[in-house]
Amino acid sequence: MPDADFLIDSTNLVRYFGETHAVDGVSIHIKAGEIYGLVGSDGAGKTTTVRLLCGALRPDSGDISVAGYDVQKRTEQARSQLGYLSQRFSLYEDLTVLENIRFFAEVRGMKSNEWYPRCMEILEFVGLANFKDRRAGQLSGGMKQKLGLASALVTRPRVLLLDEPTTGVDPVTRQDFWQLLIKLVSAPLTPDPSLNIGSGSRSTPEAIGGEGEGVAVLISTPYMDEAVRCHRVGFMRHGKIIAEGTPSELRAMLKDRVLELSGTPIKGLRAIAQKDADVDDVCAFGDRLHLRVKQDKAQVVIDRLPLEIQSQGAQVNHLRSIPAQLEDVFIYLSEQSYE
Amino acid sequence: MILRLGSIIRKEFIQILRDPRTLAIILVIPIMQLFLLGYAATTDIKNVPLGVWDQSRSPESRALLDAFRSANYFNIAYQVGSQDEERSLIEMGRVRGVLIIPPDYAVHVAHGDAQVSMILDGSDATAGSTALSAAQLIGQAYATSVISDQTALTGRPVTTKPPVEVRTQVWYNPDLVSAYFMIPGVIGMILYAIASILTATTIVRERERGTIEQLIVTPIRSWELVVGKILPYVIVSFLDTFEVLIIGHWWFAIPIRGDLGLILLTSGLLLLSSLGIGLLASTIANTQQEAYLTVWLTLLPSIFLSGFFFPLEAMPPFLQAVAYAIPLRYYLIIIRALLIKGVGLSAIQNEVIALAIFGVVIMGLAAMRFRKRLD
Repeated sequence: MPDADFLIDSTNLVRYFGETHAVDGVSIHIKAGEIYGLVGSDGAGKTTTVRLLCGALRPDSGDISVAGYDVQKRTEQARSQLGYLSQRFSLYEDLTVLENIRFFAEVRGMKSNEWYPRCMEILEFVGLANFKDRRAGQLSGGMKQKLGLASALVTRPRVLLLDEPTTGVDPVTRQDFWQLLIKLVSAPLTPDPSLNIGSGSRSTPEAIGGEGEGVAVLISTPYMDEAVRCHRVGFMRHGKIIAEGTPSELRAMLKDRVLELSGTPIKGLRAIAQKDADVDDVCAFGDRLHLRVKQDKAQVVIDRLPLEIQSQGAQVNHLRSIPAQLEDVFIYLSEQSYE
Repeated sequence: MILRLGSIIRKEFIQILRDPRTLAIILVIPIMQLFLLGYAATTDIKNVPLGVWDQSRSPESRALLDAFRSANYFNIAYQVGSQDEERSLIEMGRVRGVLIIPPDYAVHVAHGDAQVSMILDGSDATAGSTALSAAQLIGQAYATSVISDQTALTGRPVTTKPPVEVRTQVWYNPDLVSAYFMIPGVIGMILYAIASILTATTIVRERERGTIEQLIVTPIRSWELVVGKILPYVIVSFLDTFEVLIIGHWWFAIPIRGDLGLILLTSGLLLLSSLGIGLLASTIANTQQEAYLTVWLTLLPSIFLSGFFFPLEAMPPFLQAVAYAIPLRYYLIIIRALLIKGVGLSAIQNEVIALAIFGVVIMGLAAMRFRKRLD
């Protein structure tokens, strides 16, 4: 039985492509009002997972329910609760902004007296109201993504699946996009009294979905700065979720194990640090190096390494323990999964 | 459901109207085909440049030349005075043929055994042969008038042998208007080619541009998508049919002798096959270009083996057997019979049944495959 609390409730999803385990036993549970980040490198299985969740692909095994509906058995009901934004811009470039939204509103069953105010409301929400008559093909990359979001949101889905929506979008637009997402999950669109959409939606608020409660969002992204914004993050590698938790929980995995080293020459420092027996990994972060050290060895390294560096004629500016960043954790996890 | 279907159809029409390429295929290509095949692909001849070597220079020979002039087949462009001149004119392509009237022509006309000779440029076999036939026809027509003149003068019974004989070989009837054969074929071509190409590309376009991914996660069922996307092209195809029928009728004077309802019904049956072929191609191809080529791969043999250009009866038995597998073959027989001969259903019922079976089978196969590809 699906847990009513979870808007996305998937257990043990498996999908092969030939011999490849594209998705290999993935379970994801997401509540209303939660933004879940699916993180991983290219080919980790993020897109396949999202496609399985929205029913665009069938799993070889496993169960998925969306808003309480089994995606495979009650596909139509499940899909009516679902907004999906695929990785590539996939709206009609030869239709205008409004025509696109209207089309997706109508094929999702919105009545003809409902779609116009709702479309305008949603365009207002994403900031495209002034561009409603522009062809989608003539929008900038960021506006296209907003239009995609708008058309995914137009029927007030309770579940939103976003597959790398901000890949290839400039930082400012990414910021905008995230503000929209946060607004969406914390203060849902529908309760706003000024946005009362005719009588149809009043009588069956549950059927329209999303009234009074937040939306469950799953967003896949390769960007760590976006992962940090999520309430919970699942890290995918080789078709499996190998770690899951809040960003701080994940960062705690490497508590007291990351050191920051700066000095000159950076190349030399790197080589010296890598030779240290208690340093597992060295990564460059701009003009600094992040050293991942073995458990409980931070102080040992801090005491020992500067002496070693100086003895080799290089210079240390500072070496100190820092809180792990998500990126450190993901690099760590990526290496772990090879073992 | 009806609403969903309506949205897809409306969207598709907006896209058709905004896509210059699709619009060109829909509006321009039928007319282009019609005029190209109605005029260029014709074996009728007109105004063929002709040289004349009149060695007789008699009133009789001038009368024969008048007959050549008044029939529009030839344009008497040069008077020839020698064999060298005759050869160089033909070699340079100034004339397609030279009519030689012998010195004793007038005498022979009087005796009823006149002969003239015609030298033709055989490098274009078709035009040459047709020109020969035309010359022969003019000769015969002229001969007939000679006979009646003689009869009036002498009061003697008509001789059985025509007094003027243009020595030609008859293998083609120049009275056959090619357009009568071609234009019904153009209707078939358009229903067949345009419908299948447009269907294949419109569906593949959704895949190519990634919009299919958005469609899959909507509650649209796959049959709604297929019907919604195909129906606009059914309408467009019928409009094209009317376009060709109307221009064919008013411009090329093609008769429409058969029942219009029957024409539409059988056209609908052919559409079933061509839309099915387009749909099938869309399940194979991943890009519009691939879809286009896939459809053309099936179209080319269809066009040549359907009897569109060449009569089926003239093909070797093996190809005739292959032609039975081509839906267009049946439709061309039907549409030519309906338009030109004005037959009823009973005369073409076998072809109609065959066409219906092809339509249902191809469409069924396509629908089955399409369902799988959506997954």
